[in-house]
Amino acid sequence: MESINPILLIASIMVSATPILLAAIGETVVERSGVLNLGVEGMMITGAVVGFAVAVNSGSPGAGFAAAALASAVLSLSFGVLTQLLLSNQVATGLGLTLVGLGLSALIGKPYEGMKSPTLPKLDLGPLSDLPILGRILFSHDIMVYLSIALVAAVWAVLKFTRAGLILRAVGENHDAAHALGYKVVRIRLMAIFFGGACAGLGGAYLSLVRVPQWTEGMTAGAGWIALAIVVFASWRPWRVLIGAYLFGGVTVLQLNLQAAGADVPVAILSASPYLVTILVLVIISARGVHGAPGSLGRPFHPGL
Amino acid sequence: MNRRTLLASAAILAAAPAFAQDDPVKAGFIYVGPIGDGGWTYEHNQARLAVEEHFGDAVETVYQESVPEGADAVRAITQMALSGADIIFTTSFGYMDPTMEVAAKFPDVKFEHATGYKTADNVSTYSARFYEGRAIQGHIAGSMTETNKIGYIASFPIPEVIRGINSAYLHASKVNPDVEFSVVWAYTWFDPAKEADAARALIENGNDVILQHTDSTAPQAAAQEAGDVITFGQASDMAEYKPQPRVSSIIDDWAPYYIDRVQAVIDGTWESQQVWHGIDEGMVEIGEITDAVPEEVREEALALKEEIASGEYHPFTGPINRQDGSAWLAEGETADDGTLLGMDFYVEGLTGEIPN
Repeated sequence: MESINPILLIASIMVSATPILLAAIGETVVERSGVLNLGVEGMMITGAVVGFAVAVNSGSPGAGFAAAALASAVLSLSFGVLTQLLLSNQVATGLGLTLVGLGLSALIGKPYEGMKSPTLPKLDLGPLSDLPILGRILFSHDIMVYLSIALVAAVWAVLKFTRAGLILRAVGENHDAAHALGYKVVRIRLMAIFFGGACAGLGGAYLSLVRVPQWTEGMTAGAGWIALAIVVFASWRPWRVLIGAYLFGGVTVLQLNLQAAGADVPVAILSASPYLVTILVLVIISARGVHGAPGSLGRPFHPGL
Repeated sequence: MNRRTLLASAAILAAAPAFAQDDPVKAGFIYVGPIGDGGWTYEHNQARLAVEEHFGDAVETVYQESVPEGADAVRAITQMALSGADIIFTTSFGYMDPTMEVAAKFPDVKFEHATGYKTADNVSTYSARFYEGRAIQGHIAGSMTETNKIGYIASFPIPEVIRGINSAYLHASKVNPDVEFSVVWAYTWFDPAKEADAARALIENGNDVILQHTDSTAPQAAAQEAGDVITFGQASDMAEYKPQPRVSSIIDDWAPYYIDRVQAVIDGTWESQQVWHGIDEGMVEIGEITDAVPEEVREEALALKEEIASGEYHPFTGPINRQDGSAWLAEGETADDGTLLGMDFYVEGLTGEIPN
């Protein structure tokens, strides 16, 4: 058995975790505002195709990411309008959003199959990147890896320390009380949905522009559902979302690397392990009786009353 | 299902025989991935389109893509049978038991299951001898590797996949005795991100040839990014990645078979059978061998293809031992189809274990 290069392994894990981390942190904000959007998969794949198409046409991966965020956010607003203004069922509408995203992306992506996109360059942080070992592990990734971690920190700080975060949480915990206090529940939730859509779009674009990198129909292959599971796994807390995403990405990449290195590993168990861990965590939190779920999660809000 | 839809479907079932003569024959297809995967499902869908073009208005086709293998497949196949399909092609190994289950409930519908081994009066199986193409890939891979390390992205530990690994290894080690195979089991047919991760893990471990038995072009993209790596198109030509990394390919051509079977349904001559076609019949095609391959290797590969097509040479010709060193095929003996169809062991020289 050959040894695995830990530096390359960690770099691979970060690349593998970033798409689900981006999508999951966005969904965390959405769910903390009391909305359950099951359309993450549809928004991710829309981001993947729009990001790829724009990057190919403009030659700029940055423009691709921006367009992906915008496109998915706009798509998520259709979910917002349906569930918040027209009070449709959130679960059904979210599933519908996934179906729409998958179909729409297949249509948009047809001309882009087999094309190459400009890749996102690794950041050169000067002397930091040249540090032995640490430089390679910490300071030589592309900008989206850092952005995704910064986003987690920002979401955590906003939710915990700012008035805006407090209002968002209030809306999510008890929308009637928040409404009685004069907060615009629907408007706040629409903003959260928009943010969640943008994050999912970035995650999707990271798949098609960095991780694979190419456009293939249906390429998210369930990543959006994993992001949803991670939010629950993390009991709706930002830093735990980070841990969940890295754990998930880590196990996947680690077992592939172990196999490639010729280690004798129980492949079937390792492939299933992230799902098993999620179930275990769910059992533990429900056994403790404290779910951490926002009080108004998934419940319709009727402002007229 | 509520009472109203139940009644409606019962009514359709009752009405169906009366219209059978005038209606176009309806052919259904169940796909494991999206039709735009660029590989396996893409080729099955191309064959479906060929059926439409061949028969025109006489045949109507329907398909459902990305149907998970297992219980969900039962629902999808049942739905297709209820909607009036006369013949249903289920195009992945994992649909075997679901196909048998649904077929038992619809004795008048014909079923065609790809790559499986279970049949019934109204269930046929069909597959291609991909291992013939794998022999040619193995020959090119063994000749061209510089690190003597060849990576293989496998999907599930089923006979079809194990056959491919064995065939590729036998022919790679024949031209290059130092060659080593690293097999990574992805446990998926289609997940571009995971396939790319697997390719990257293999490349980082020093493999400079990547063979894949998964359906998307993602490993090709990962190899292209890495640079000095060669790959082979799987199930489809994957011509976008020519001339390198993709230096050749196995192309599955299902169209003649599909047209033939739909014609049999129209004529009323359809019978249950087990079909296993190879290079000779054209079900397995070898895609263009590009300039990235040295001329002599190219010629050897084409000669090998001719020998296999003419039946002069069988890719599993003894002496071949099993991985544990026990004898499998004696000198000059060729493998019988029964053993090949149920192959669950590695040949001697391969390292690692086949997961259960």
